[in-house]
Parts: sequence; C-alpha cells; structure tokens
Amino acid sequence: MIPLETIDPVAATGLFSYAWLMIALPALGAFVLLGFGRYVEKSGPYLAVATIGGSFVVAMALFVQMLAAPVDQRAVSVQLYTWFTTGTWQLDVGLLVDQLSILFALLITGVGGLIHVYSLGYMAHDERKRRFFGYLNLFVAAMLTLVLADNYLVLFVGWEGVGLASYLLIGFWQYKPSAAAAAKKAFVMNRVGDLGMVLAISAMLAQFGSSAFIDVNHGAEHLAPGWTTAIGLLLLLGACGKSAQVPLQAWLLDAMEGPTPVSALIHAATMVTAGVYLVVRSHAIFDLTADARLAVVIVGTVTLLAGAWIGCSKDDIKKVLAGSTMSQIGYMMLAAGIGPAGYAFAIFHLLTHGAFKANMFLGAGSVMHGMNDDVDMRHYGALAKYLPITFWTFACGYLAIIGFPLTAGFFSKDHIIEAAFGQSALVGTLALLGAGVTAFYMTRLMLMTFGGKKRWLDGVHPHESPAVMTVPLIVLAALSLVAGAVMNWWIQEWLEPAAGNHAHEVELLPTPIGWLTMLVVAAGVFVGWWVFGRKPIPAVAPQGNVLAVAGRNELYGNAVNDTLVVKPVLGVSRAAVAADAKAFDGFVNLLANALGGLSVGGRRVQNGYVRSYALTMVLGVLLVGVVLILGLGA
Amino acid sequence: MTTVVFEWRALAPVLLVLIAAVLGILVEAVVPVVHRFFAQVFLVVASIVASAAMLVANWRAGIGGPVAMGSMMLDRPTYFMWGALLVFGLLAILVFAEREVNGGVSTFAASAATVPGSRAEAEASAARLEHTEVFPLALFALGGMMVFPAASDLITMFVALEVFSLPLYLMCGMARRRRLLSQEAALKYFLLGAFSSAFFLFGVALLYGYAGSFDFSAIAAAVQNPTMGSGILIAGMALLGVGLLFKVGVVPFQSWVPDVYMGAPTPVTGFMAICTKLAAVGATLRVFYVALGGERWTWQPLLAVLVVATMVVGAVWGLTQTDIKRTLAYSSIAHAGFIMTAVVGATAGTATSPLDSLSSALFYLVVYGLASIGAFAVITLVRNNSGEANAIASWSGLGRTSPLLAGIFALFMLSFTGIPLTAGFIGKWAVFAAAWRGGYDWLVIVAVLLSLVAAVFYLRIVVVMFFGEPADGVVVGKASAFTWLPIAVSALGVAVLGVFPGPVLALATAAGTFIR
Repeated sequence: MIPLETIDPVAATGLFSYAWLMIALPALGAFVLLGFGRYVEKSGPYLAVATIGGSFVVAMALFVQMLAAPVDQRAVSVQLYTWFTTGTWQLDVGLLVDQLSILFALLITGVGGLIHVYSLGYMAHDERKRRFFGYLNLFVAAMLTLVLADNYLVLFVGWEGVGLASYLLIGFWQYKPSAAAAAKKAFVMNRVGDLGMVLAISAMLAQFGSSAFIDVNHGAEHLAPGWTTAIGLLLLLGACGKSAQVPLQAWLLDAMEGPTPVSALIHAATMVTAGVYLVVRSHAIFDLTADARLAVVIVGTVTLLAGAWIGCSKDDIKKVLAGSTMSQIGYMMLAAGIGPAGYAFAIFHLLTHGAFKANMFLGAGSVMHGMNDDVDMRHYGALAKYLPITFWTFACGYLAIIGFPLTAGFFSKDHIIEAAFGQSALVGTLALLGAGVTAFYMTRLMLMTFGGKKRWLDGVHPHESPAVMTVPLIVLAALSLVAGAVMNWWIQEWLEPAAGNHAHEVELLPTPIGWLTMLVVAAGVFVGWWVFGRKPIPAVAPQGNVLAVAGRNELYGNAVNDTLVVKPVLGVSRAAVAADAKAFDGFVNLLANALGGLSVGGRRVQNGYVRSYALTMVLGVLLVGVVLILGLGA
Repeated sequence: MTTVVFEWRALAPVLLVLIAAVLGILVEAVVPVVHRFFAQVFLVVASIVASAAMLVANWRAGIGGPVAMGSMMLDRPTYFMWGALLVFGLLAILVFAEREVNGGVSTFAASAATVPGSRAEAEASAARLEHTEVFPLALFALGGMMVFPAASDLITMFVALEVFSLPLYLMCGMARRRRLLSQEAALKYFLLGAFSSAFFLFGVALLYGYAGSFDFSAIAAAVQNPTMGSGILIAGMALLGVGLLFKVGVVPFQSWVPDVYMGAPTPVTGFMAICTKLAAVGATLRVFYVALGGERWTWQPLLAVLVVATMVVGAVWGLTQTDIKRTLAYSSIAHAGFIMTAVVGATAGTATSPLDSLSSALFYLVVYGLASIGAFAVITLVRNNSGEANAIASWSGLGRTSPLLAGIFALFMLSFTGIPLTAGFIGKWAVFAAAWRGGYDWLVIVAVLLSLVAAVFYLRIVVVMFFGEPADGVVVGKASAFTWLPIAVSALGVAVLGVFPGPVLALATAAGTFIR
C-alpha cells in the first residue's frame, strides 16, 4: 500500500500561538483547586467550570479559523519550547493543532464542559466536591495534552496524566473498598499498556532519532518492515490498555465504581477513546504494516462482541453501559485497523459515541440520583413517567446507539460495518451481528429501566433531577440526534490531510448493507421486546443460561486474568521471593551491609578531632603527590 | 612606575557590596540599637539589588576584559558567577534576618563573646541582644566570593580567599542555641582553613618560582614554553589544588564539612553550602583551565581519582547519618563530586552540543544552589522546644502535619536525587554529558551508580516525612517572609528549571569560555 502524503503543519501565527491556553486554563484550575483548596471551597467548582468554558471558547475560535483557512494551512504546529538538547536529539515541547486534534479538543472541552455543569448538581452534596472538580480539571488538562501534543513524548505525558486522573477519580469514594480496589486494578492494568507505549516510543527514538509526529511520518517509509510491525503492535498494546480492549479490558467494568460523571467523561466519552486516537495518529506506521493492522482488526472485532455480550447480561445499569462502551470502542478500533478506508469512520464514530454515550451515562446518573444511588435495573421499572426529561433524553441516546435511521449512530456505525465488509465477509458479518446485539441489550436496558411495572425498593421516591443536570442532558440528546447528519458529508474530507484516509462518496440512501443493518437492528429490538417487554421482570435475576452467566461474569475476564496472569505472576514472584531470600538477598544484604559498614567505618574516621582531620589532609596531599607522580610515569 | 588604572564601573558590582559592608560597620557604631536591624537588612538588600542592576547594565554595555590592572578578569563566566552569587547571596542572607520563628530575636548569639552557660550569656539573652554584625560580615564574605573566581592572578585570589573565609569562620561560631557545638565548628573550620591556606600559599610560591609571575596568563605561557623541569610545576599545582579543593569540599580535604555544616547556625550553613561552593568551583575551574590548561593531561587523572573518592564518601557515609544537617553536608560532598566530573571532562563545546564543561558545571551549581538554599531554609522551620529539631527521626510524619512544607522539602530531595522533571535531573545530565564527551565514560558510570546510592538517603527522608507517625513535640515554626520568600523562590526555581531549563541553560552555555 502506498502511504498517503500527509501535509506538514505550518508554523503558528495569530490566535494559534495561544493554543496552549486550552491546556493551561484547566491546569491552572486544577492547581488552584487542589493547591489552595481552603480559599476556594465554595467557589472552586464554578472556577472549574469556567476554565473548561474558556478552553472550549479557545478551541471553538481555532476551529472557526481553521475552517476559514485553505486546506494546506489548516494544520498548525505551535512550538512552545525546547526541553533540552543533547547531541543529535532535541526534545521539544510543542502542540499540533490540526483537523484531527481540534475535533478532539472540541469533544473534550464541549462534552467535558457539559459534564462539569452536570456535576455541579450531581456532586452538590459531596463533602469533597472541590477536590472532585480539581481532579476533573486535571483530567481535562491531561487529556488535552494527550491530543494536542506534537510528539509521542508529550503525548505520553498526557497519557500518564489521564491515567492518574482516572485512578484518582475511580477511587474518589475511597472509603468504599470496592472503589479503592477498582482504582488499583485500572492503574495496574494500564501499566501493562503503558509498557507498550514506552517501548514503542523508545523504538521510535532509536529508529527516527525523534518522537515528533512529523519525523515519524516522514521516516516511517524508510523503516525496516520488522520495525514498523513491532512499533505498530507495541502501540496497539498501549491502545488496548487505555481503551479497555481485549485482553486488557477487565478494568473498565470495575471503573464504574467512580462517580457517574466520571464514567461519562473519562470511561465513555474521552479517555477510553485515546487508543483509537493513537492508532489513527500513528497511521503512517499502520499504513505500512498489514500485520499490525490485522491485529488491530482482530482486537476490535473480539472486543465489540465481548462488550456486547457482557452488556446483555448485566443488571447494573452502569455496567451495561460500560460493556456497551467497550463494544463501541471495538467498532472504532475495527475501523481504525481497516486502514485508510476506515480512519475517518473511526473518528466519526468516536465523536458521535462521545455525545450519545455521555448522554446515556449522565442519564443513568440522573436515574440513580432519583433512586437513592441504586444501580440495579431490577429495582427500576416504570420510570418514564417519573423522570420524563431523563427518559426522553435517554431515548435519544438509545436511538442513536442502535442506529435508528438519521440519528448519530446510524451514520457512523453504518460506515464501519460497510468498511468491515470491505475488509472481509467474516469481519463484516461479526460487526453486523454486533449491531443486532447492541439493539437487543439497549432495548433490554430501556425496558427494564423505564418500562414495565414498578419494582422499587421500599422508601424510594423517584424525582426528576434539577435543571443543572437536565440541561446538559438535553444538549447531549440533541447532539445524539443530529451530530451524525451534521458531520456525515463533511468529516471524511476534513480529516483527509491529517489522518491520511481515502475519502469516498457517501450516499444518503443506504446501500444494501445499510438496509441489511437496519433489518438486523430491528430484529434485535424485537427480540429485546419479546424477552423483556411482554412479561414482568423478576426482581431477582433468574438462573439464566450458560451464555447469560458467562456474560454476568464478564466472560470470566477476571478469572482469565487470574489464571493466566495473576497466578503465574504470583507463582513466579513467590519463586522469586524464595530465590531472592536465599540467593539475591544474600548479595544485596552483603552490599547493603558492606555499604553500611563502610559508612559506619567512615563515621569513625570522622571522629571530631581537628588533629586527625589535619592528618587526613596531610595524607591527602601525599595521595595527590603519589597520583601525580604515577601519572607522570605513565 | 605605571599609573594606576581602576575601572570603577566594571568593578562596581563588587565595590557596592564591599562598600555596603563597610557602611554596615558604621551603622553598628552610629545607629541606635532599635533601628540597627532594619538598617542592616536594608543595606544588604539595597546593595545586592544595586550591584545586580550594575551587573546587568555592564553586561548590556559590553564591558569586559582584564580589569584592575589585570588582577581580575571580567569575562562571561565571571558575569554568570557574579549574577548567581548575588542572587543566592541575597536569598541566603534574607534567611539571616528571620526573627519571628525564634521568638522575636535572630538565630545568632545574643552576645558571642560570653561564655556558653555563663551568667553573662543569660543576661544578654534576657536583654534580647542581637548581633547585627552578621550582616556586614556576610556582605564581606560575599564580596570576597565575587573576587575569588574572577581573580586572574594568584595574589588576588589568595587575598579574596581570606576575605571571604574569615567572616565565615566568625559567623559559624555565632549560633544562639547549641553554642558549644557552634564554637567548636568555627574553631575547626578556622584551624583547618588556615592549614589549607598554608598549602595554597606554598603552591603559589612554587608556581611563582616556576613561571616568574603570579599572572595566570604568564603561568599558562610558561607551561607552554617551559624553561625548567616540570617537577616544581607539578608540586606547585598539587599544593595550590589542595587549597582550592579544600574549599570545594573534595575528598580527602572534606573532613571539615560535616562538622561545620552541622555546628554552624543553619542560615549560615545555607549561605556556605552554595556561595562558598560556587566561588570555590569557579576559582578551581579558572586556575585549572586558564593557568594550568596546558597540563590537563597531568591533572585530569588526579582529579578523576579524587572525584570518585568524593562521591563515594559523600554517598556512602551519608547513608548512616541521623542528623538532617549532617546528611545534607554529606550530600554537599557528593554533589561536589558530581560537579567535578564535568571539570574532569574538560570538554569544549561543539556546534551540535554547545554545552561544555564550564557551562555545565555552572548550571549544576545554580540547580544545586536553589535546592540547597531552600532545603536549609526549611530546616530552620522544623523545631521543638530546644530550637531546631535536626534529628531525622523528629521529621517523621511531617507530611501529615505540614504537607506543604514537607512537599517542598521532598521536591528539593528529589532534585538532589536527580529525578526527571526536577532541575537536578537536567543538572546531572549536563555534567555527566560533559564528562562523557571528555572521554571519562567510566567516571560517568561510577557517578551514576553513586547517585543511586545517594538516592537512598534522600528518599529515606521523604519516606520518613510522609509515611512515618508524626513525632512528638515537633512543630513548624511560624516564620516571616524572610524565610518563606527564599523557600518559595527556590521551590519555584527547582520546579521550573526541571521542565523549562532552556533560558538558564542558554545563559550558562553563553558563559562557556574563560578569557585568558
């Protein structure tokens, strides 16, 4: 395959030289909120919202400028400063504002801003509200660093930054042991992915002498195929960790222990999509290595089915949505793995998903708000009447995710399924199957939550959430409906210079595959209604068949991890501890004792008597003399 | 008889400091007691600020070259070192002026002449007497330190050495608390300092005998075109080197460092830790690069051996210390070793990597100085009812009781360790790169290993602060801006130079060559 020429960015002028403000504002917010907490206990959350708003305004202004600019002037590189230079290496800190990153910046600050506003209501009674908003700001700053960086090293700073923020926020209610454990799990599993990132970046530095996107893009062609594949696979490992793709998927479901706005922002709309961003951003590498692309496709396809399966069998509303997130990111990965034909579709689905999934997560939060923080859908039922705004907005998200004609998901998912059929009939069929399953589990969720009879626990009085929470829902619901249509005829061409994708014609009327997809989706909805809509839902989960049990157990992801990783690692570490205690400890202790002994011996020399100090000096002079004379002799 | 030419403007930065010192003595004589403290602090701040302003103005006017009839050299390294000395000097002397933390009186003895434990002492304490003479003393020392690395003949260098040493000896013995320890430290410092001065002078005499001149350029010329055997040159170089390396704190001339750092009043320790080191490293660089540059093949192996010994002693002996000031004293010895690795390398810059030995050493000094001043200022704040609580054990749990202060101190420790994203990392990287390019790759490997050993004691302090149970009776003293300002400036500097070292690195690179 011939790699497409990507356009080199031009130097920043005018407004673009202030692109760093996008990162600086939330970073400042986080600094003030976390560092000077006492003084901003009351005003802090509003300050946090204001900083994100500021970032959004900057992003919007840049976007408008970019729209007005000619195509070859749109990608702008903003050099901030040089961290340090050594020999042939120069480590620069710079930003790349191009067609791809600006879309992300808009998504992060736009959806992020709405979620900040929503949190004002959701977290109103939390004692540590100020800290929560500080972490959220920290997350936004790190996420913007990730997507705006112009080289992999700075990207990695953001990458680790979002990991940290995610860890802090999953474990925000740290008094719950489950939350603390979930945070730790997410952190540890992400380390595995990060290892891939570190190795990939090291390989780039070794091979290209630079980690800047521009150098990697230009150098990739001249790289030995083995290296491109290796770098591609390592990047994929990194992407799997961050985006909860099989085999590093298990942390995402547990991550739902965090407050719901966090699930919406970090574990649905933005951070978990970073893996997709990474693959698309590294298109110059992936274009050249069919093997790595195939691996991406396999990972994406497996994950989209696994996520959907888990989504079918969970009773916890947030975990259904989490499974669904995994599954949708699987779609994006699949599209990204297809190569130039799919990059734009991956990003397209990422953006629409960011809107409708955030919408549904916040909707779930609104439901929980009304139901005393109960997450079990078996305790819901008949909520449509009691939470009308939540219901209608949630319904918009529902239509979008199943791909109801003309809603956001309809356009974006359809393209991916078509592209998948272009790759191979098997992958296409599996993607199509996934769409049917999606329709099934989302229908199940809707019916169990909003339809049927009340199955509420005692003392629960559902009530609609305050305006500060419903307004963001309404905005996101509107986006869920129209975002697809708005971007459908535009995004491919827009992204072409940045993502190196092939633009092709898009018909309004669906293709045969499109019709087929609609049919499968309709079948999924129907089955969902057949199973869950006709008769009352039992308040206690029935035994279920093998498939349901497997899904409830998250496809035994934890068991797999336990057997394949945790137990062997524990075994190895026990062996290592034993070996360590016997062999290495002996050595290390010897070294430590030797150093300690030397140290104590040294203290004896340092006896406090001036006369012996003076004697040391005289001996030192003799030493100097001896060395000099020896040196002369040599 | 030549006419005396004296470049008033070029020398103004030094003169302003020394004049302020003389005025300070006058203040002691004429200003009433109640106003003295204020007057002295004002003199210090005003003179240093004015001197720095003069320095910048001279730099912009392009003033440079030999001054004071060739006895001093105003070249770019001199500008850089003067600038650094003025900034660090101001920050360090500001800590001298702290009184709030000590119940309204300074940390210096009420009356240094009284016998510790005597009734006279008690009376002086009760009368709330203070020695405001420390300020002119510090200014004299600072003036001497500025002349020391700028001197371009051996006599001027020796005079400068004594000018800055004598006030330091005095100030070391003026602690208000633990006076016996303080006086012992001062006496030791004085005796060993005098001893090393003798070596220095002997070296000067031998080099004069060899070259027939005290001038560095004349010595350099004599080394190039020898008129006699090199024996006397080598002996002179060795003895002169001993005198210089004593001040730097290089093994085996380091014995004074732990005792003096520990005994001296902590603000004075902070002042010594960086300003003395900066002046001494600067002078060492000038002597070895300018006067003895032709003999580098002789002194490089010698310095390499001493540097390894220095790092070993600093890192290993530091491991088992239980007193925080003593730990930092060993840390200072280890850092002397790290700085000297660059000196050993003796590389000139190239087009692709313009950072040479001299500029990387200068940059390291700045980085080390920031963390040192900040760390010693923090030490003055952690107290129990008998004054400063210097045992590491009493710092336990500080992270819980006073997270901000402990966090800042941890930042300094991380910078000393050389963790990336602190200034220390960039500094270490710079000096090690210089040594590596100079062909001393084995030395760099040893240095990296020993910085790992040293990391143990820095990180142990962090662990104690954040994971230990809070110690009984230890409080963080309420201090005024005189302490907090230097702490804040240092912390900011350490953090900013870690991610944004460019401008200072460029400044150090620009200061890369001595004029002969």
